[in-house]
Amino acid sequence: MSAIKILAPGGFTTIQDNGRFGYQQMGIPVCGVLDSFAFKGANILVGNDDNQAVLEITVMGPSLEFTKEMVIALTGAKMGMTLNDKPIEQWKSIRVSPGDILTISQIQSGCRSYLAFTGGLKVPEVMGSFSTYVSGKIGGFMGRPLQKGDILETNKARVLKRPRSFPRQMLPQYSSNPVIRLILGPQDDHFDQGILALTESNYLVTAKADRMGYRLQGPPVPLISGMPESIVSEPSMPGSIQIPPDEQPIILLVEQTVGGYAKIATVISTDLSRVAQTTPGDTITFEKTDLKTAHHLYMEEKNKIIKLKNCF
Amino acid sequence: MESMLFEKPVYRIAGDKGLLVEFGEGIDPKVNAKVRAMAKTLEKNSPHGVKEMVPTYRSLLFIYDPAVTNPDKLCELIDTVNHSLEKIEIDPWKVVEIPVCYGNKFGPDIENVQKAHGLTLEEVISLHSTPEYLIYMVGFTPGFAFLGGLDEKLHTPRLSTPRTLVPEGSVGIANNQTGMYPIASPGGWQLIGKTPLKLFAPHRANPFLYKAGDKIKFKPVSEKEYERLAQRENNG
Repeated sequence: MSAIKILAPGGFTTIQDNGRFGYQQMGIPVCGVLDSFAFKGANILVGNDDNQAVLEITVMGPSLEFTKEMVIALTGAKMGMTLNDKPIEQWKSIRVSPGDILTISQIQSGCRSYLAFTGGLKVPEVMGSFSTYVSGKIGGFMGRPLQKGDILETNKARVLKRPRSFPRQMLPQYSSNPVIRLILGPQDDHFDQGILALTESNYLVTAKADRMGYRLQGPPVPLISGMPESIVSEPSMPGSIQIPPDEQPIILLVEQTVGGYAKIATVISTDLSRVAQTTPGDTITFEKTDLKTAHHLYMEEKNKIIKLKNCF
Repeated sequence: MESMLFEKPVYRIAGDKGLLVEFGEGIDPKVNAKVRAMAKTLEKNSPHGVKEMVPTYRSLLFIYDPAVTNPDKLCELIDTVNHSLEKIEIDPWKVVEIPVCYGNKFGPDIENVQKAHGLTLEEVISLHSTPEYLIYMVGFTPGFAFLGGLDEKLHTPRLSTPRTLVPEGSVGIANNQTGMYPIASPGGWQLIGKTPLKLFAPHRANPFLYKAGDKIKFKPVSEKEYERLAQRENNG
């Protein structure tokens, strides 16, 4: 049964979940949401288990009409939002009825927001995931970003009666000049002065910033002289910081599987969402950390999600 | 680059969820066979906390859950398996035949390859379709196979201006590499032909026709045969 009609698609709106696992060796990138905490938070607010398909909204929000009773919640980047022209708040469950029109406007802070619906969006599972892989034209809604006139369905589920919200201190703040922590490697031994450049300067987020990667601009990160420009192609991770011949770093994100340039460092997994919440014109500062600290932060984030769930 | 097998694997940290293990230097069938043997052996044990293994030319990436395991535990396991690997044989490869219609509208750049080496159309087709090419790895786009073994007589530089869209199924040459485009994408390879087979079909029970470690053999087909096979692919 239809549930949502897209009146305007927004800047770049795709259906995403946790990601597509097990196919990287066949060239299928992991895809999935870029801000996992905001994504899980949205699902918890509407009473879903935390991996139901949601909308990932980039920079400019969509406008949609509901044709079914349900509860929705918008998390992540701060964007103005109205229901039938009345302003409503983010990070809260909102009950909507057939005929209601939700309009999400532009970002005020952050870059990507997440809209969850009771039951989750109902789309065919492709290779174990609902997430849209746009350049592979698979997953999500017909393998593409949403367009005007698209009709989405949701899974059957109980509509929450009691409103849900999280304590304010549990909500993330999105900075336009974040300090992003990294672990050196896998090819930090290809660099010497370059490591100093990367960790002691600010880098500008350029307009070439999408789900595949963020191209940065700043002091050059040179290879040790005499090192070959490329390496034998090998897998990359979300967060790999790749240095192409122009010596300007690229943070690889979730739509990339292999690469042939040396990777000086890797952004720690808990800071990836903070990268993805920056927009062109923002600045990033890198700070070195170690594996032990990164694993500790990973566990801390995992516990934060458990705490979110335990709010209800 | 000179190729060689390392005595001991080289471990590299790839963030807080990735461990990259190198088994040798350069692009070499022996090094690549070791990577696959390792992946295959470890897959059988499905090591605790490993979510995914990605084999490439000379390295194997382990994507792990830091809540369950860590690089110290993984290195220990890999060292143990590496020790016993000498006796393990990898499966004989599967040869996957890929029908290709060479030249004309399917391979608009085949004349560039002919001119670069003073070859006739028939010679290019024969040189390209004779070898069995080893798939060193798959990646870059879904099902894109990195093949080794292109005849030196066919090595041809990329187009000076890449195409904004190369049709799906195109077969091309770039320097010492040959390959197929499973999905339409931008690209600068010299296109010499096209296969009617769907190299990536996400809704098919097995979306791919081959994997790393298999071999590819191109089989020249006529335009008529191409159309017949294309029809069959579309019907089912």
